[in-house]
Amino acid sequence: MNWYGLYTLFAKEVWRFVKVGVQTILTPVITVLLYLLVFGSVLEEHVQVYPGISYIAFLVPGLIMMSLIQNAFSNSSSSLFQSKMTGSIVFMLLPPLSSGEFYLAFVGASIVRGLLVGLGVWVAALFFVTLPLYSVSILLIFALLGSGVLGALGVIASVWADKWDHISAFQNFAILPLTFLSGVFYRIENLPEFWEQLSYYNPFFYMIDGFRYGFFGVSEVDISISLMIVSVFFVAVSLICLWLLHIGYKIRN
Amino acid sequence: MQAAVKISQLHKQFGNLTALSEVDFEIPKGSFFGLLGPNGAGKSTLINIIAGLVRASSGSVSVMGYDVVRNWRQARQCLGVVPQELVVDPFFTVSEMLRLQAGYFGCKSSAWIEELLEILNLSDKANTNLQELSGGMKRRVLIAQALVHKPDVVVLDEPTAGVDVELRQVLWKFIKQLHENGHTIVLTTHYLEEAEALCEKLAIIDNGKLVALDTKAALLARASDRFLCISLNNSDISNLPSLIKAKVESFIDDQLVLRLHKTQDEIGSILEGLLAANIRFSDLHIKEASLEDVFLSLTGKEKA
Repeated sequence: MNWYGLYTLFAKEVWRFVKVGVQTILTPVITVLLYLLVFGSVLEEHVQVYPGISYIAFLVPGLIMMSLIQNAFSNSSSSLFQSKMTGSIVFMLLPPLSSGEFYLAFVGASIVRGLLVGLGVWVAALFFVTLPLYSVSILLIFALLGSGVLGALGVIASVWADKWDHISAFQNFAILPLTFLSGVFYRIENLPEFWEQLSYYNPFFYMIDGFRYGFFGVSEVDISISLMIVSVFFVAVSLICLWLLHIGYKIRN
Repeated sequence: MQAAVKISQLHKQFGNLTALSEVDFEIPKGSFFGLLGPNGAGKSTLINIIAGLVRASSGSVSVMGYDVVRNWRQARQCLGVVPQELVVDPFFTVSEMLRLQAGYFGCKSSAWIEELLEILNLSDKANTNLQELSGGMKRRVLIAQALVHKPDVVVLDEPTAGVDVELRQVLWKFIKQLHENGHTIVLTTHYLEEAEALCEKLAIIDNGKLVALDTKAALLARASDRFLCISLNNSDISNLPSLIKAKVESFIDDQLVLRLHKTQDEIGSILEGLLAANIRFSDLHIKEASLEDVFLSLTGKEKA
């Protein structure tokens, strides 16, 4: 195992997004605050969620998780794809770094960015609402798994993509709909029967629901089921990611 | 003696295209080795397979005794590659990039990086963003990046492509110095005079096949012809004897160049023939065949 090489690649990926922190951390936090402002003020009186929990309080964990996973995806996908396009990926392919080390560095850095953006949203949201904290460990587990899944999906997307359009398509036609239809803004039991049933097939729903449980101690499905589904999804996406890196799909040929 | 790079029955297929076919040769340890071939001959594919950037369809490659597939970590640790394209990571400065590159190879010492910056005249650019460098400076950084982990074998893919004469001389000097320090140098270049001036041993690849592998001296000796260059007193060669006329390579501005077979043509008889035809000359010299002539005859290409 090339531990120092792994550490360096991870540090480089973190360093890269910190260098453009306004774009990678501050902007997503501001964007999510705008969601909070608009949706929170418009829907506060109209949407019923859990008894004793205001709509704005319900909304914040969903927005934190949404920003966390979207930024985890953006981090690995944009960094790796840019390296692929400029050719600078060669500097990471020539050294003795295994596909596992490559995966850990990219997904690890994506998790760090996801957590920083999520934390930023949480801190900023404190100006609007103070959230209870039911279980820090549940929060952390779902935050890590969620950003891990999206970090790995970002690697898959960038390995597969041949042009920026492909990355954009992956983000806009897969990540964005799955995020918006995952119960960030509503309880899925309030949806019509068909959409409610469909939502149970959306793995992002379990990430949001489990994460929200960490704050309130209530969820739409049993927390252990959410944890199991998100874990299986994480393992499956990671295995696909590792396999693509191992065979050098579109990067070593 | 252990080979620095051992290539055994290497074959690479891209769909219907055979990029490399049964390529088999060794690059001796400590040698200055030239890898030549026309565009699309398969040189870059071969280098990419050695570097682990492309996987071979069959056959094997080892670097310093380490198979690039089975013992890829050790093989890559022994290898430094200077890519042909001027590739940079726009997020970092020269110094940051070199530290990162060293880190990927597990190297923590910054003393060697400082030395590299000094040797390659990059010290005053250490804190400059890579994107802001000139082409020549980027080339130097690429060389420094390939050397951060002190590899035994250094592969330079067209290192002087597109650089000015001054920088080319600097790079030649630096590469020679690397060789003197014990590194095995593998150079691919389009400038055949560069290969002739620097390399001890050469491989010529054409259409994915190895067409020649020899020392520079032996390759040059393969040339069957040499050139007799004559400065004539006037430009009238109408009465040139037909036997000599058949040997004319060029005739420009009173300069007559005859292509003579090394063993079959006698210079004395040629000169006698010229004098007999009343063709006078003021100067003459012999030009031996260059590596370019050998290269062109082996690859069947026409001289430009």
